[in-house]
Amino acid sequence: MTDSNPSAVTAKKPYLSPRDFEAHKRPLTEKVSVRNVDFYYGDYRALKSVTMPIYDRKVTALIGPSGCGKSTLLRIFNRMYDLYPKQRAEGEIIFEDKNLLDPKQDLNLLRARIGMVFQKPTPFPMSIYDNIAFGIRLYEKILKSELDDRVESALKRAALWDEVKDKLGQSGLGLSGGQQQRLCIARSIAVRPEVLLLDEPTSALDPIATAKVEELIYQLKSDYTICIVTHNMQQAARVADYTAFMYLGELIEFGETHQVFTKPTQSKTEDYITGRFG
Amino acid sequence: MAQNLNMAIYHRRRLFNKALMALAWTAAVSGLAILGLILGTLLFRGVGGVSLDVFTQMTPPPGGEGGLLNAIYGSVAMTLLGTVLGTPVGVLAGTYMAEYGRNNWLTTIVRFINDILLSAPSIVIGLFVYEVVVKQMGHFSAWAGGAALALIVLPVVVRTTEDMLLLVPDGLREAASSLGSPRWLVISQVCYRAARAGMVTGVLLAVARVTGETAPLLFTALNNQFMSMDMNAPMANLPVVIFQFALSPYPEWQKLAWTGALLITLTVLALNIGARTLSSNKSQ
Repeated sequence: MTDSNPSAVTAKKPYLSPRDFEAHKRPLTEKVSVRNVDFYYGDYRALKSVTMPIYDRKVTALIGPSGCGKSTLLRIFNRMYDLYPKQRAEGEIIFEDKNLLDPKQDLNLLRARIGMVFQKPTPFPMSIYDNIAFGIRLYEKILKSELDDRVESALKRAALWDEVKDKLGQSGLGLSGGQQQRLCIARSIAVRPEVLLLDEPTSALDPIATAKVEELIYQLKSDYTICIVTHNMQQAARVADYTAFMYLGELIEFGETHQVFTKPTQSKTEDYITGRFG
Repeated sequence: MAQNLNMAIYHRRRLFNKALMALAWTAAVSGLAILGLILGTLLFRGVGGVSLDVFTQMTPPPGGEGGLLNAIYGSVAMTLLGTVLGTPVGVLAGTYMAEYGRNNWLTTIVRFINDILLSAPSIVIGLFVYEVVVKQMGHFSAWAGGAALALIVLPVVVRTTEDMLLLVPDGLREAASSLGSPRWLVISQVCYRAARAGMVTGVLLAVARVTGETAPLLFTALNNQFMSMDMNAPMANLPVVIFQFALSPYPEWQKLAWTGALLITLTVLALNIGARTLSSNKSQ
């Protein structure tokens, strides 16, 4: 049970250094490729021909000042913007050899494979168990015992099991903010997506809950491709393998996290990470 | 005391505040007093007539002893029919407005018309159903009565359903969609659950409103001296019986009218308290 003690893994991880030697041996493949993507809110162009890779089973952080388009970019990956009229994306995002911006793309199937966790915890108004089971039941017809196992393992992976195992029947709304957010992460990973999008997942959490979520991200990396939007640069430095710096709707710099933070090639990146603006 | 504070302005403001407070108090107390007076009179005149007979006997002929059983049955049956007809249509319409057609032209028009229907005089609704149902069928009936009540239930349910669904944060819809859930499941499994207390409250308030309606029934179900369970025939109901009995010269009838009025009022009170409890539970 390596899962039960995530701190043992993270403790070995020195700050701002090439990490996880094992992972580097795996050849780098692009899970999602963003190619010349523009995004419009009505007439306003929020993203300007962004091109970047999201590598398989790596953590990619999107950083930048408020309004730079990082959340906008994240919400394109699962076509979340499609819920709203007057929002549209142009360009190509290649996922499994297909452009997911294609109007013919089935959104429900896409979202089942590209999961998302939001800034504010969004537990459904139902029991803790049903919160997790909701997503599983959508696409799988499995026995109750198997469902129980899936719920348990999702909650264990999200480091929430010990806190809720005796009250699975209680409402998810009764949990604390940090627990609710871990519940939402458990809910997302329970459906076994291939890519996990995290939109400032810790901005509403206290430092202890934040640490737990960060440990979790580090754990999940072995199985999932993760893309995280964060305002917190230390967080990006701690959890991400690759970092993209965005500014005013443009991708300014993309690279390995330690390179972006220690030897940025663009002066804007340097200004931002050293706190001169943003 | 600081020099720069103009005490004259301050005192005038305090005086103004006191005057407005006094007015507000008077208004609140007189409102409550009138309500108390109505409830008190009803209890005083009606409680004496409450007996087992009221719930087991038919409405009597002039001068005879009896109860309100047929009227109570008719009221319950037609209120139920009105609710069963009006609620699903109202919920579906409200769902369309809040979930699918937010701010499109159809929603704007439906909302406007619904607001008119919401405040339409109930006698107009009675006349409408008289024209459309009673005249076509050629006779008064409980079906027509239920239809008239449904038309009163409908706009209340449409309004509360839309309002309550709009209160559900979009984040919840996004979260459910992000798991790959189709839209109808997002609405039925997540949004309805989140809005349930408010929606049930709306239905309860609609039922409460319908329980005391007289005018629509006068033109549709009319009345029946006898016990009738035939929905295709005129049916007795509390409001019309009260209307008829209260205006009669017979003391037994008048007594029954008071008792019936008390029953309706207590039912409406109970429904309102139920609705209140539900909505306050939700906000906790």
